[in-house]
Amino acid sequence: MKKLIGGMVALLALGACKFNTGPTATLPVYGNRTPVTKTVGGKTVTDTIYQTIPAFKTVNQYGDSITSKNLAGNIYVADFFFTTCPSICPVMHRNMLNVYNAFKADKEVKIISYSIDPKHDSVNVLKKYADNLGIAGNTWWLLQGKKEEIYKLSESYLVRKPEEDARQLFIHDGYFILVDKQKRIRGTYDGTLPEQVTKLIADIKTLKTEPDQITGK
Amino acid sequence: MKLKIISAIGLLIAVLFFSCQTEDEITFARYYSTGSVVYQNKCQNCHGKDGQGLSALMPPLTDSVFLKANKALLPCIVKYGAKGKLMIINQHPFEGNMPPVDLAPIEIAEVLTYVTNSFGNKAGVVTAQQVEADLSKCN
Repeated sequence: MKKLIGGMVALLALGACKFNTGPTATLPVYGNRTPVTKTVGGKTVTDTIYQTIPAFKTVNQYGDSITSKNLAGNIYVADFFFTTCPSICPVMHRNMLNVYNAFKADKEVKIISYSIDPKHDSVNVLKKYADNLGIAGNTWWLLQGKKEEIYKLSESYLVRKPEEDARQLFIHDGYFILVDKQKRIRGTYDGTLPEQVTKLIADIKTLKTEPDQITGK
Repeated sequence: MKLKIISAIGLLIAVLFFSCQTEDEITFARYYSTGSVVYQNKCQNCHGKDGQGLSALMPPLTDSVFLKANKALLPCIVKYGAKGKLMIINQHPFEGNMPPVDLAPIEIAEVLTYVTNSFGNKAGVVTAQQVEADLSKCN
C-alpha cells in the first residue's frame, strides 16, 4: 500500500512538472499593463496596453544624436554604466561583448548603454572607451544624455534608480534589459553572470521568431 | 581484493607524500588559496576569472615577463592604483587608470602569490615581509 501511495505521489509530482514547463516558446511581457475598453464597430472590446519605454534624447559615441526613433524596427538590449566604474561595469561589458559578437552582423538587434555619469563621459570619452573595448559600427551605442533624464528613464527599464554615494561613486545595478520592437520589456538578465547572458542571447533568437517582431507592428 | 590492497597502499603513499610538504610549500598553499579569494573579491571584475583582462580597457595578468620585471612595483600598484601610468603588457599599451585597493600587506602578499602563480605565471611565494619592504619604497 505504502509503495502504491509513493508511486502515486511521484506520478503526481511528475505531472505537475510537465504541466509547468508548457510547450510555448514566447517570452513574457514585463511591467504594468492597463486594460482599455473601446467600442469597435458596435462591439465592446478590451485591449491591453503594455508598459513601454518612453522617448529619450541622447548622443552616441560618434557624436550622432540618438533618440528613440533611431531604434524603430530594432530589438535592443539596454544597460546603465559609466566608463570609470570600478566595480561591476567591466564584468557586465565583458559579458555584453558576447551579445555584441553574436549579433553584430544583425541589423535588427542593437545594444545601448546609457552613461549615468554624463559629466565625465563625454562623446570623446565614450568613443575612446568603445575603441578600447573593441567595438565598432552601429550595433552597440554608448549614450550620453541629460543626467536627470537618464535617471528618470532607468525607472522605465525597471532597474534600480542610480544614486551617488559620499565618494561620488555611482551606485547602480547590473541588469541587461531586453526590449522588443514595440518597446515593451521582454526580459531582464543579471549582466554580471555569464550564464544569464547566454540565456539573453538565446531569448533574443526566440524573440526574433515572434510574429509581432517579424512584422514590427 | 587485490585491487583494494593496491589502492590502500597507493592511498598510504599519497598521504605520506603530501604530509611531507615542507614549511615553504605549506605557506605557499595557504597564501595561494587565501589569495584566490581576495582576487575574486577585489580584482576579478576587471581582470577576469582567468586573468584575461578586458580588450584594451583592462590589462591581462598573463604577462609573466612584465610581472617579473616589475615584481617590486606590484604591491605599490595594488595599494595605490595606477593613475595615468602607461604600461606595455603582452606588447599592448595600457593607460593605467586602476583605482587603489585598500588591502593589508598580508592580503597584498596573498593576492600577488595567487596572481603570479596563476594564469600561466609561476613566480613562487610573495611574502608579507617582502610586500612591506616594497611598499616603503613606493613613490
